[in-house]
Amino acid sequence: MMYSVNIALLLLLVLTAASATFLVKELMSSVFILGSYSFFLSLVWAWLGAVDVAFVEAVIGAGLATVLFLITLFDTAPKDSRLRRPPPPLAGVLGLPLLGILLLLAANDLPQFGDPTSPPNVHISPLYLQNSFADTLTPNVVTSVLMDYRAFDTLIETVVIFTAGIACALLLREPGS
Amino acid sequence: MKQIHDSIIVQTMSRLLIPLAQLFALYVLFFGQYGPGGGFVAGVIWTTSMILAFLVFGLKSPQGRLVEKVLHGDGIGLIIFVGVGGLCLIGGGEFLNYANLEIPGLDAPARRYTGILLAQIGVAVDVAVTGISIVLSLAYHDTEQEYDV
Repeated sequence: MMYSVNIALLLLLVLTAASATFLVKELMSSVFILGSYSFFLSLVWAWLGAVDVAFVEAVIGAGLATVLFLITLFDTAPKDSRLRRPPPPLAGVLGLPLLGILLLLAANDLPQFGDPTSPPNVHISPLYLQNSFADTLTPNVVTSVLMDYRAFDTLIETVVIFTAGIACALLLREPGS
Repeated sequence: MKQIHDSIIVQTMSRLLIPLAQLFALYVLFFGQYGPGGGFVAGVIWTTSMILAFLVFGLKSPQGRLVEKVLHGDGIGLIIFVGVGGLCLIGGGEFLNYANLEIPGLDAPARRYTGILLAQIGVAVDVAVTGISIVLSLAYHDTEQEYDV
């Protein structure tokens, strides 16, 4: 009972933030609502037990992305110029709710949260959970998977971030400055 | 936004919050093996504290000069990460197999701890430098004199 109230509240917050993002005309307010949306989403992650994901969502989504959006807005128009938007097409108005209902029906077939017999939980996760301390001598399973079993993955991700930084510097910085 | 903020409330709060955020980034970095967190999150927390510093105090303040110096470190994080892997190769094991870090006086768990910690520091440095570099490129791409510190 407690849990259902919790998740209903958090999902409601996420839904309000997402809809307000589309309803607000001023782009500056949209950016802040988007930041609060990321914060609520990180609360949902924390409630689901994925503390690392919640951490990253709060820091990146609510912190860094908001700063990047704001700085971009200062150099462009802070207001949405398309105040007189055309009405949405009829196919979209009818088709999107239908698609949503179909997706909700399909979501019934997804495994329950925390189900020990669901496919992701029987494939390779038990191997990591049982052997990670003996193999890597690291108490945190997440760290041992990220930095030890899959260190190559992390290395190439670091290369991707490095490449993104170089590309941004090449594209955005004035030559000679 | 591109000039120094003159509100004393903002400046005082930033003086309080920036060291706290940096301390928390270090905590997340060094305790990532025992709790949630790690190099990526630590790097981004450090980045946001630095961004707050140069947005509030400007690039000419001591904090801003530090930001400019950080930009010269592009690629150092990657070198640290790959260097740890190379050290493992030299120790006689596979690439990034931390058990083969040949550091005298360390037992097996301490070797793994050192290897993972160095790799996490590499990730954190890489992410921090990249984030600051992107924000600086976006914020100061049109004002030439801002670069002349």
